[in-house]
Amino acid sequence: MTGFVLRRIGFYVVITVVLAFFAVPMLWLASAPFDARPGLGIRWPDWTLSNVRTTFEHPFALTSLVNSLILCAAATVVTTVLAALAAYSLSRVRIPGRDVLLYLLLLLSSVVTGTAAMVPIFVLMLQLGLINSQLGTALVIGGGMLPAAIFILKDFMDSVPRSYEESARVFGARPRQVLGHVVLPVARPGIATIVVWAFVNAWGNFLLPFLLLRDVGKQPAAVLLRTLNDEGGSANLHVIPVFSLLYSIPVVLLYLMVSKRYGFRFHGGIKS
Amino acid sequence: MPERRTWAVAFVAPALVLIGVFLVFPALWTLYIGITDYQLTGPTAINPRVVGVTNFVSALDDALFTNSVWLTAVFVLGSAVIGQNVLGFTLAWLLRRVRPWLRRTVEGFVLLAWILPGPVVAYLWFAVLSRDGGTLGTLVGSNTAWLVEYPMASLVVFNIWRGTAFSMLLYTSALAAVPPSHLETARLVGASGWQTVRDVVFPHIRGHVLTNTLLISLWTANDFTPFLLTAGGPNHESEVLPVLIYRRALESGQLGYASAISLLLLIGNLVIALVYLRLLRRRA
Repeated sequence: MTGFVLRRIGFYVVITVVLAFFAVPMLWLASAPFDARPGLGIRWPDWTLSNVRTTFEHPFALTSLVNSLILCAAATVVTTVLAALAAYSLSRVRIPGRDVLLYLLLLLSSVVTGTAAMVPIFVLMLQLGLINSQLGTALVIGGGMLPAAIFILKDFMDSVPRSYEESARVFGARPRQVLGHVVLPVARPGIATIVVWAFVNAWGNFLLPFLLLRDVGKQPAAVLLRTLNDEGGSANLHVIPVFSLLYSIPVVLLYLMVSKRYGFRFHGGIKS
Repeated sequence: MPERRTWAVAFVAPALVLIGVFLVFPALWTLYIGITDYQLTGPTAINPRVVGVTNFVSALDDALFTNSVWLTAVFVLGSAVIGQNVLGFTLAWLLRRVRPWLRRTVEGFVLLAWILPGPVVAYLWFAVLSRDGGTLGTLVGSNTAWLVEYPMASLVVFNIWRGTAFSMLLYTSALAAVPPSHLETARLVGASGWQTVRDVVFPHIRGHVLTNTLLISLWTANDFTPFLLTAGGPNHESEVLPVLIYRRALESGQLGYASAISLLLLIGNLVIALVYLRLLRRRA
């Protein structure tokens, strides 16, 4: 009996320690933005909203959040549209070696994206004159996300019964109509997954915008946060906390939405 | 049906073009730049010469490169293969039978650590580990600049915090596939928790363990977030390969040399992936 009690106690101690480990670093994000004298540690704040005003008056803070939105919207649209088209066609037409090719691309993308290819990507964009181009950067980010997006979406497309499309075709629907009116509505959960996944990935991407967008007026929030931190000084402690919070809100909202609607779980998509 | 083939190609083409230009082409170009003396500025910026394997030879001879390989290995082993794997599994195992609200709370924080933007979490940990009133220093009552005195240990702990969510999710779904009757039998014969995990659970989830370990190893080996926390310092003590590549390419301007290192990193990734495929096949 004592053994049982001890084990229960030990169990809750472990859970508490783990919970503290994960939660404590985040508490700062809740307290510092509203503290009149923000520091790096966690403490009960002297409530104020003056930091919010300071942040809004910062010359680049809001611009960079808008830039993040532009960059992510472009990357997400490119990734979702192209991946949906490709996944649908790969799911319906038999091409020899398709699965191997897809798997290789997936492996390549998880290896090459960002770090290993940073030199050629930088040189490529430099020679194309696309340094400081937001659309160019969005295309690079999209290119890196496409293989995984196609891979995930193909699973969803495979699960759309072919008989639906065949009946539509019997009634004379064109391929584009079949896709728009039959396949896309059925594959909507898959598309939603990709939109959220692509947005969150692009939103947090630091390296590519850092490499390719050198003009501070075009840089997204990811890069500006780094710049603010580098400048140092206590003045920035009135900007950084609020800015970090604003920058985090979109992904937190998306996360809450997804976990409420679908539950945040893996549904068999990961093959053992 | 030729018409069918036409639209299929038209649908795949845009995605393939983008992947080709921004993924496959850069990967191949790394090969070429790696054997030249290409620089960001100066005369060789305009007319790079092919210098063969010189870059690779000097990389293998470069103490900073060997240092970086070693640090990357420590980073991957410590934070991914051991840290995220063990903590992720432990969480999945412990949270199986707790009350739903507790489970949701713990999972919520672990997932939040995973989905918050990289620059934000880097700053959060910069604050925790700071000497000037950072939370860790306050908790243990010490005035240590953790990121300066223990840079690699800090990065390992940070990356465990950052990435455990993926392993936890994957192992949670894997554990759901273990037949409850097997667990029940183990309990009836009086097996301890550890024995149950080793003899009953592990054989069922071996494939998941391999997949998980491969993915988190690759992600960790190519992670650029350490740059945001320590930028490789102090004095190269936390300069993992991605950071080394960045500093050589953009700060020193040695594009050829940095490409050669990229290629070695790519080969390293490939070796990890091949070992994994081999282990997976042996299971089948």
